[in-house]
Amino acid sequence: MTPLIVMSLALVAVLGTAVVLTNEPERQAVTLSLFGLSLTVLFVVLQGPDVALSQLGVGAAVVPLMVMLAIRRMRRDQEREADGRGEAGE
Amino acid sequence: MSSRGRLALFLLGAAGVAVLFATAFLGMPAFGSEDHPYRDLAVPAAVRHATANVVSSVNFDQRGIDTFGEETIVLGSVIGVAALLRPAQRESEQRPPPDRHRLESTTLLGYVLLPVTLVVGLDVVAHGHVSPGGGFQGGVILATGFHLLYLAGSYQALARLRPVEIFDRGEALGAGLFGVLGAAGLAATGAFLANVIPTGSFGQLFSGGTVPVLNVLVGLEVSCGAVVLLTHFFTEAITLSVGGRRERGGGT
Repeated sequence: MTPLIVMSLALVAVLGTAVVLTNEPERQAVTLSLFGLSLTVLFVVLQGPDVALSQLGVGAAVVPLMVMLAIRRMRRDQEREADGRGEAGE
Repeated sequence: MSSRGRLALFLLGAAGVAVLFATAFLGMPAFGSEDHPYRDLAVPAAVRHATANVVSSVNFDQRGIDTFGEETIVLGSVIGVAALLRPAQRESEQRPPPDRHRLESTTLLGYVLLPVTLVVGLDVVAHGHVSPGGGFQGGVILATGFHLLYLAGSYQALARLRPVEIFDRGEALGAGLFGVLGAAGLAATGAFLANVIPTGSFGQLFSGGTVPVLNVLVGLEVSCGAVVLLTHFFTEAITLSVGGRRERGGGT
């Protein structure tokens, strides 16, 4: 195992832990994206460029975008609900 | 079940998984060793069909039926999202809200990268059989490339570039023709997805037989599928509004 492999494995472990320890889903989408990027680096180091390309597109771009869009929708519903309740109380 | 009971059940399951994993890993060949039985079979098979990228040969030629299954999964999940995220009765479509101010550097970078990303995506699809990449990777790059228009420009601009009906059809066409090509192999040689196209010479653009054709079909399906998938998420997040809730809240 070369130092490069050890370093990329360590990066994956650190960023994976960071995703778990991130509390807010909005921030989690960003750490998830960075975690995806670290996996891409690991796959390149392990000489799997095909898998690295898939991982780059799906893990670092598409999935975080879907998470962000889903959160945006949920937050809007929550705000609306809070507004409606405020008006009803008046 | 009490929380202690749940914890005990979890620990029991986790211990079982740990034992199975440890046993499996101890039985595997050592990391970085020279013993690769699959490589010894896959590389000569790829060379026989003049496919320079062995990974593509495994995905689309040697184990093409697995990829056919995966493509069906992509198609199925896009259909699932479309069914789940269809506008409900209490939702109504409205004009997307005006876009907030964007950093000029974001706009510049987005517009510069948009054509570059699309060309890279097409390149990755077209050369999947000779260099790393292929239909899936290129398709995802193409789909994300389109969405740079949302980052750089506006949602309206993205919506204009992206007639969803065409992408719907593109996805179905890519998945369907994959099956047709598989059936052609079945008719010609008796094996589903058999490599029936002349394989050409090693390392050239026209080589690998069915592999580049399947790459293009998968690229079509994945790029269109990802665009359709994200369109449904965008519609949910940006243009749909939940009607009726305010009236209900105010009326009582």
